[in-house]
Amino acid sequence: MTQAVFSSSTKVSGEELIPDKALIMSGYGINSEMETKEALLRAGMDADIVHINDLIDRKFRMTDYRLLVFPGGFSYGDDTGAGNAYANRVRNNLWNDLTEFLEEDNLVLGICNGFQILANLGLVPAFDKQYNRDIALMPNRKGVLECRYVTIKPAFENLWTKGIERIVCPVSHGEGNFSCSPEVLKRLKSQKMIAFTYCREDLRPADGEYPFNPNGSTADIAGITSADGKVLAMMPHPERAMEFVNQYDWTLQKEILKRKQLPVPSESINMRLFRNIVDYFR
Amino acid sequence: MAYVHRIEVRYKNDPRLTVRTNRIRSLGFPIEELHVIDIYTVYTTSCDFSPEELREIGIQLANPVVQTFTVDKATVAFFDSAIEVGFLPGVTDNVGTTARQTIEDYIKRKFEPGEAVYSSQLFFVTGKLSPDALQNLATTLANPLIHRVHIKSRAEYGTKGMDVVIPLVDLHELPAAELVSLDLDDPDLIRIGKEGIVDSETGQRRGPLALDLAQLHAIRDYFATKGRKPTDIEIESLAQTWSEHCKHTIFASPLDDDMPKGLYKTCIQAATNRIRQERGDKDICLSVFSDNSGGIIFDDQYLVTHKVETHNSPSALDPFGGALTGIVGVNRDTIGFGLGAKPCINIYGFCVGDPEKSPALFRGKDKSNPILSPRRILDGVVSGVGVGGNCSGIPTPQGFVWFDDRYVGKPLVFAGTVGIMPRTDGSRNLHEKQAQPGDHIVMVGGRVGKDGIHGATFSSEALDPGSPVTAVQIGDPITQKKVSDVIVKEARDLGLYHSITDNGAGGISCSVAEMAKECNGCHVFLDKVPLKYPGMAPWEIWISESQERMTLAVPPEKLDEFMSLLRRREVEGTVIGEFTNSGRCVVEFNGAVVMDIELSFLHDGLPVKHLRTTPPAPVSTTPVPPCPDNLDEMVKEMLSRKNICSKEFISLQYDHTVQGGHVLGPVQGTGRVQGMATLTKVVPGSKKGVGLSQGIFPSYSEIDSYRMAVACIDTAIRGLIALGIPLEAIAILDNFCWCSSDDPGRLSQLRHAAIGCYDGATGFETPFISGKDSMFNDFSGYDEQNNRVKVSVPPTLLVSSIGIHPDVTKAVSLDAKVEGDLVYLIGETREECGGSEYFAHLGCSGGTVPDIDIAAMKARYKRLSNAILHDLVASAFPVTHGGLAIALAKVAIAGRIGMDVTISGDMRPDYSLFSETLGRFIVTIAPDKKRSFELAMGYDAFLIGRVTGKSLQITGKGFRVAVPVSDLETAYKKPFGGY
Repeated sequence: MTQAVFSSSTKVSGEELIPDKALIMSGYGINSEMETKEALLRAGMDADIVHINDLIDRKFRMTDYRLLVFPGGFSYGDDTGAGNAYANRVRNNLWNDLTEFLEEDNLVLGICNGFQILANLGLVPAFDKQYNRDIALMPNRKGVLECRYVTIKPAFENLWTKGIERIVCPVSHGEGNFSCSPEVLKRLKSQKMIAFTYCREDLRPADGEYPFNPNGSTADIAGITSADGKVLAMMPHPERAMEFVNQYDWTLQKEILKRKQLPVPSESINMRLFRNIVDYFR
Repeated sequence: MAYVHRIEVRYKNDPRLTVRTNRIRSLGFPIEELHVIDIYTVYTTSCDFSPEELREIGIQLANPVVQTFTVDKATVAFFDSAIEVGFLPGVTDNVGTTARQTIEDYIKRKFEPGEAVYSSQLFFVTGKLSPDALQNLATTLANPLIHRVHIKSRAEYGTKGMDVVIPLVDLHELPAAELVSLDLDDPDLIRIGKEGIVDSETGQRRGPLALDLAQLHAIRDYFATKGRKPTDIEIESLAQTWSEHCKHTIFASPLDDDMPKGLYKTCIQAATNRIRQERGDKDICLSVFSDNSGGIIFDDQYLVTHKVETHNSPSALDPFGGALTGIVGVNRDTIGFGLGAKPCINIYGFCVGDPEKSPALFRGKDKSNPILSPRRILDGVVSGVGVGGNCSGIPTPQGFVWFDDRYVGKPLVFAGTVGIMPRTDGSRNLHEKQAQPGDHIVMVGGRVGKDGIHGATFSSEALDPGSPVTAVQIGDPITQKKVSDVIVKEARDLGLYHSITDNGAGGISCSVAEMAKECNGCHVFLDKVPLKYPGMAPWEIWISESQERMTLAVPPEKLDEFMSLLRRREVEGTVIGEFTNSGRCVVEFNGAVVMDIELSFLHDGLPVKHLRTTPPAPVSTTPVPPCPDNLDEMVKEMLSRKNICSKEFISLQYDHTVQGGHVLGPVQGTGRVQGMATLTKVVPGSKKGVGLSQGIFPSYSEIDSYRMAVACIDTAIRGLIALGIPLEAIAILDNFCWCSSDDPGRLSQLRHAAIGCYDGATGFETPFISGKDSMFNDFSGYDEQNNRVKVSVPPTLLVSSIGIHPDVTKAVSLDAKVEGDLVYLIGETREECGGSEYFAHLGCSGGTVPDIDIAAMKARYKRLSNAILHDLVASAFPVTHGGLAIALAKVAIAGRIGMDVTISGDMRPDYSLFSETLGRFIVTIAPDKKRSFELAMGYDAFLIGRVTGKSLQITGKGFRVAVPVSDLETAYKKPFGGY
């Protein structure tokens, strides 16, 4: 059964919906499924929010979808490590469906808790299609959850980051401190798998400096793709800043635009990421 | 046979090591390093695990990239002492539960009853600490009420490591109801009321019922007419239902000679009724006072709910658990509103002592049972509300902290939740509910244990090592999130139930009896209630306050579908009885009727008490020192006052962006200043948003509690006006946290505050939609010299406001925007420094508390919100605690830009800067809007200067303040910089 409490705001989206659909995972404390669905809808892709148990019970099939999304949340309350218990549930129950899904020309997106789940499942970095745990999202250097707006920029152009100069959106996590061995980091760089890095507002690198790099991530890494580029995993939440008014400094930007007699946009720059996804299937 | 395995997980390089070590060092422990190891103790009885299985379990519980683990082998490390902290028997262990579920998933079978995984944390301390210091360190890492602690030196640890501990619950009680004789002399009856029923098994009293003599007489007489003795469960049930907590006797009882209907009906409800009547078809209220939350219109399709609760006593004992339970509890007041609203915004409020002081106060004689330090309480409550909201996926943008040393013994913890729901599902209004005779009573969510029986009245000494902890409940947000999701995202819209309510105070005894009013009866089979551990007596099951539970009325034809849905969502649901129309509340246990009371007596048999007030002694006024020479310094000192400075460390820990509705958050502007109000979108695609603010002035109440209440209402409203929310779209909530409410002087203050509430609400035409009171916030104990000490909180009223913004794209933030913009002061400043932050800074008592002309304010507020909605305003900020200078400083800091203003008048310079006159705003506008803005605002707007430069400059008659904005920012952010 799909969950639809709030009907989507189709009036906001001017785009036709593409025929392919997204599968958004839910259950056990995942909590960002609604806004993730909303972002995809606005970009032109419909989605079903499906409880993981309905996939295990075969009420829904992963392979009926083209995009698999692990949204943000606090699955299992981050107990035993963020994303770990949910990843175990996927691995212990849905592994065959998942590998079948990955064989096709499909995409996987993980945001925040979704990144933590993908890292524990080994879907990123997945060098040579080997699903090992090669990277970790450790507790933030400050030891507590941190919720604040950050600026991130693409490190390499790929299907996800095409045409994006920056994304300005919230992070909100206690365990987002990207960590891996020097060898893994080298491969991430050489294979152009770093999707986003934390940076300053003027796009200069954060260089590990708080609060630009909010959690202590190695090499300012905010998001990576899988080796084949089909999986994107990122800590910041672009789906939480879809609209102009969701941006931290929108009231200032609005005043500046008004004084220049320029129009005030309704959408935020972050929507480009979701449009890129939909464009891939178009 | 018991099989026990211990898995120890540690980071290879713990990223939190420095922060953790520094924190402990800042608390005065000269440690070098503090490492943490996560421990999972796996306890099974039916069968054992193979070494390979245990290794695989270890891999699943650890992250091999950054962690290592051992199985049944002590972690090897360099350290000087080891402290292990685990839970006491029966305490909710969320981490252990998750670990168990992971193992079950992996081995593909469920644990048997009694089998479990227990989590604990092992701390390795390097650095030489004396045994006493080590004990003290352990008490900052653990709470004796819920934790067990075991300390070993390096030598004792050896190669074997820590001892394996299984915190099994061990109960020897006779699970049956007992008859209790009330044919006793009054002194014996009074003792039952104060100390509880004598337990026939142990000979001990079971803990306070808080029933007074008149109530016990009423109970005795009721059962005399029935010709039988009451059972223990019947008395316990009546005590719950008639408690101050549930019946609000202080607010409901006749007061003096002119309020026969009591304060609530005369002042709070009457205000709302009058406003609704006068508004006619412009009334925004949909459901007020009758449900778990209050509900107002959002738009044609949706309604929003709001409710603010307090959780004070539990938070004094266990700040983290108390605050966590407070926030997840009020979330349930949302899920339990109507047929279930979705929680969409949390709010918080903490009144605590100065965290830099360590008052020596004790609950027991001879320095026994010390109170927790204010710092410990602050850290705990901040973290508890954060974890509750964060794990539940509910943004927590709005809140406040208020510091006053009178809160050291009893902190106040406010927790509130806004909910959203469609107004109808096509066939029925979702804010209405009605259990039907024949509906199944279904309890959904967590299991029942001894948690929260008789609330916080049990002291820790009364517990023997095998007793489960009864004094505090610990919430499990993830269990509740699963309950919430299945109800408000699925079952409600499938129409699977007729009614729903939350299990809060009094557990199912209150929730079932409350719902039974809807159909006039219920029949409960207590032995069907799923328990955390066997051996509980029926009265305990009936009144337990175990968390994460909702009670629903499910019609027979929907039961299978409902139960199947719950199973698929891994949410436990149990049919525990049936709603009837018998007019009675009947409870069975193992085939015997243990309770049979008419609903009319249960709900309305409470004898009426007549309360009287006498005026309290006036507060003495101390002389005020002359105006300080260096006002620049004074402005900075005021900005660094704890009640004024930035508490951003809290906002950062609280997810305020989940659900994607962030419009104006807890901090605003480049300079990141905490605003008075926040604005959140709760329906994607709608232009509308929900604004939230509050007003609280505990420092005014001893001087003039009437004006205090009006100030709270004015400030709560003003916060929303400054966002551009029209007055007509605002509703308010009251939370009275009083002290010694049986004292006629305190009652008199309460009476005046309640009248202030009536005048304020009706004056502004902002209806109260929900409220809650907590009447006895007093600490009684001892000082170091064994002198009896009573510390009462100042009479505290929190007024929370909720308003619907018609178009969030028109909202304004507080920060000054552009060089050259004009600065206006809306409203005049009067000499009203009584109870102000400035007088508190000078150490002065007494003085004049701010007073306002509500009718004039009403007109002013309408003009200002209108000007904002017409795009005439660049920023707006209400002038509150600390006065004009502080408000100007915050607007400048937020914009990281200077202002040059001139204020007129002959008032003493420091008074003109820091007086707390109500009704004022600082507004900045673009210069080309000058004419239209002044036209819109009329005589209320005073042009006082410009946004310019890098300093805040305030010139007045005979004085000039000039401070660089960067210095102001430092002063504003310094006090909690290390938190």
